[in-house]
Amino acid sequence: MPTPSSPSGRPPATVMLSRVAHSLYWMSRYIERAEDTARLLDVNLQFLADFQDLSPAPLNSWESLILSSGAQEEFRALHPVADSHRVTDFLAFELRNPGSILSCVYAARENARMIRDQISLEMWEVINELHLILKSTSTEDVWRSGPQEFFNRIIRASHLFQGLTDATFPRNEGWEFIRFGKMLERADKTTRILDVKYHVLLPSANDVGGAIDTAQWQAVLRSASALDAYRHHHVREVLPWKVAEFLIFSDTFPRSLHFCTAQVDDLLRRILGETAARPRSHAARASRRLLGELESLSINDVLRRGLHEFLVDSQATLAAISDEVAETTMFYPAESSLEDQQQQQQQLREHAPAVRRRASAAAPRAVGRPDATPPGASAT
Amino acid sequence: MSVISAPYETDSGFFDEMFTDGTAAGVRPHYRRLADRLGNLPVTEFDQRRAAVDSAFLRRGVTFTVYNDAQGTERIFPFDLIPRIIPGAEWRRIEAGLIQRLHALNCFLDDIYHAQKVLKDGVVPAALVLGAKHFRREFMNFKVPRGIYVHVCGTDLIRDAQGNYLVLEDNLRCPSGASYMIENRAAMRRAFPQLFESYGVRPVEGYAEQLLRALLHLAPEHKENPGVVLLTPGVHNSAYFEHCFLARQMGIPIVEGRDLVVRERRVYMRTTTGLQPVDVIYRRIDDDFLDPTVFRPDSMLGVPGLVNAYRAGTVALANSIGTGVADDKVIYAYVPKLIRYYLGEEPILPNVATYLASEPADRRFILDHIDRLVVKAANEAGGYGMLIGPAATKEECARFRAQVAANPRNYIAQDPIMLSRSPTWCGGRLQGRHIDLRPYILYGDKITVTPGGLTRVALRRGSLVVNSSQGGGSKDTWVLKGDE
Repeated sequence: MPTPSSPSGRPPATVMLSRVAHSLYWMSRYIERAEDTARLLDVNLQFLADFQDLSPAPLNSWESLILSSGAQEEFRALHPVADSHRVTDFLAFELRNPGSILSCVYAARENARMIRDQISLEMWEVINELHLILKSTSTEDVWRSGPQEFFNRIIRASHLFQGLTDATFPRNEGWEFIRFGKMLERADKTTRILDVKYHVLLPSANDVGGAIDTAQWQAVLRSASALDAYRHHHVREVLPWKVAEFLIFSDTFPRSLHFCTAQVDDLLRRILGETAARPRSHAARASRRLLGELESLSINDVLRRGLHEFLVDSQATLAAISDEVAETTMFYPAESSLEDQQQQQQQLREHAPAVRRRASAAAPRAVGRPDATPPGASAT
Repeated sequence: MSVISAPYETDSGFFDEMFTDGTAAGVRPHYRRLADRLGNLPVTEFDQRRAAVDSAFLRRGVTFTVYNDAQGTERIFPFDLIPRIIPGAEWRRIEAGLIQRLHALNCFLDDIYHAQKVLKDGVVPAALVLGAKHFRREFMNFKVPRGIYVHVCGTDLIRDAQGNYLVLEDNLRCPSGASYMIENRAAMRRAFPQLFESYGVRPVEGYAEQLLRALLHLAPEHKENPGVVLLTPGVHNSAYFEHCFLARQMGIPIVEGRDLVVRERRVYMRTTTGLQPVDVIYRRIDDDFLDPTVFRPDSMLGVPGLVNAYRAGTVALANSIGTGVADDKVIYAYVPKLIRYYLGEEPILPNVATYLASEPADRRFILDHIDRLVVKAANEAGGYGMLIGPAATKEECARFRAQVAANPRNYIAQDPIMLSRSPTWCGGRLQGRHIDLRPYILYGDKITVTPGGLTRVALRRGSLVVNSSQGGGSKDTWVLKGDE
């Protein structure tokens, strides 16, 4: 028997299709991912510019960027070596990399288009304009005018989008999905930014405290927009373990793992209705467990256990939470048939006959890929 | 230089909407105020407004998808800033004709799915109906909600050399384009705000409201908050913008097939809080894709069990299933007869003279004169499967002649249609381009016609094909309260 929930009393306007909820989630997540990747690349390029005279080059930060993105296999398939140009190109413009900035913007826009009726005109215009600009700009143009400008455009568009969402989107269930996507992505990205540098914290590292090292840790903070906040928090110099502590444990900085996890946990309660002291779902239990660790562990505990291991475990927990929420609030069969479905949609011309379509190699991905950056895929 | 300072060429073979001849004195009365305005408008300013309108369309995502393009590119529908203007009295006649026509077509559908008197009386050959691709015998003797088959109709009108309005075709399945009618108006309001106030243009914005009312008319009477949804094939469909637009305007959810589920012959949508019942579906999916258990089994766009629920009367569909049989290009030829048969009235809007390849005499005529006729496949649309004899090569004519001879039931021919011309901004000056008109007719508790419609324009010089897929654009359509 069907069990329609509250058939009376609840006006249809508050009903949210599962598909809509998920498009909101992925739209928000992809925008955040594009912004975070843009900042990461921007900081790395700046860092390189500051230290370009050094030889031998400081440890290959480009290599580690690819590792932290989790897309090393896709990268290897396309490029023999990781240098600044190739990595930037791959992470920013490569459409064959589902995690590239361009791919993310296109995916965010595709999700937004699917739910165009649900979001405000202002929100739609920001995403659509960004998409139009990127579409009409070639990679060569971007390199000619300097990639900084490109990254700034992405970051600004993301901020504008978040501000407009805040100002124009109703505080309903959709809002929770939007925030859930953003917070989950941020938490994940912060662990990855930190993971890029984990080996420096190994005891054998002997250049700790040097000029390059300090600059690198500043770069890590800037990658998470955290340098100013860190300085307010710690008056003294930038120390590796302090940086790690700040990005993991700060309960006030909005990009720290702790802060984001607390938000995720709170949103889970609302989305899954997990209000009991002992939650029913694995997702809610996993997020409580992670939150508990972040509330109780010290940075020394984490370093003893291994920073890398801790970060990878956290990433896995976040990924599992995302998967379970998708499963619980969405009842669709696997997306394997998406291509065919797309073809049928296109065949079905309203009052026009079907015409043959060429193979849809450049088919936009209309749904999210939770595994674009698989957990545990970073450096080993 | 102003917008109409360059000479404008009329063509005696075609009716021109704005000019009786190319001079300022030849401007028709209902266009005079527009002509004054354009006469004072420098080209540079006009160009700026045009650019602003185009970029607004693009930014707002008012686009359609081009299929035979490798990337499934979204394009804006080219928009011409010179409106098409229809005086009030002229419109009233069009309106009456459209209402009459839809009324008769609905009677026809009701008849052929029940008593089939029209076939028994020999008004329409039974074979034409019973053998038609879109005739759904599964729905014989099925009582559609409120007795209405076609809730949303788009009828294409053209004008002959004397300016008489003729019906070119009826679209009784999922006619599209109403969103462009509304967006075009919004664009014109932004481009020429003052002109509207002085002109007395009737608003088209009530369309969505009327459509919602027509849909609610189908909902169970006792229900306070009926579940009304718009069913779309999905984001890759060419008309997805329109689906979103209308759903947003009506404030109803837009759903895909996978959002719906049928349990015990009742339709529900999957929401984050469970299943919610659905009472009325405005479907923008063709019959064939609606339900894989009844029609195309490989359809992934439809909802398994939907037809069963519809048959059980637990959900209403707009439009109903099987309406395509009446907008068939062959049945088209019989519509004037149907109006006389069902309503006992003379048709207010005549058809274009049509020859049926299935009738031996007509067929001979078509085969002998194919180079002077327009030949159309009965079930194709969008300007495909069509031969324009006078413009075609010998090979093309020969190919169509063979096709018609092989499969006469599938073809009709018409005298070359006379599309009127309207001044259109092309190549930096006003030039005459051919246009048609698709008004939108809604059937709820009564039949209403939105004052206006989609005027499509063939932007290529001399072209008579206005379809967006074939290089067509559109114009705003102004129906005046008065006559000037």
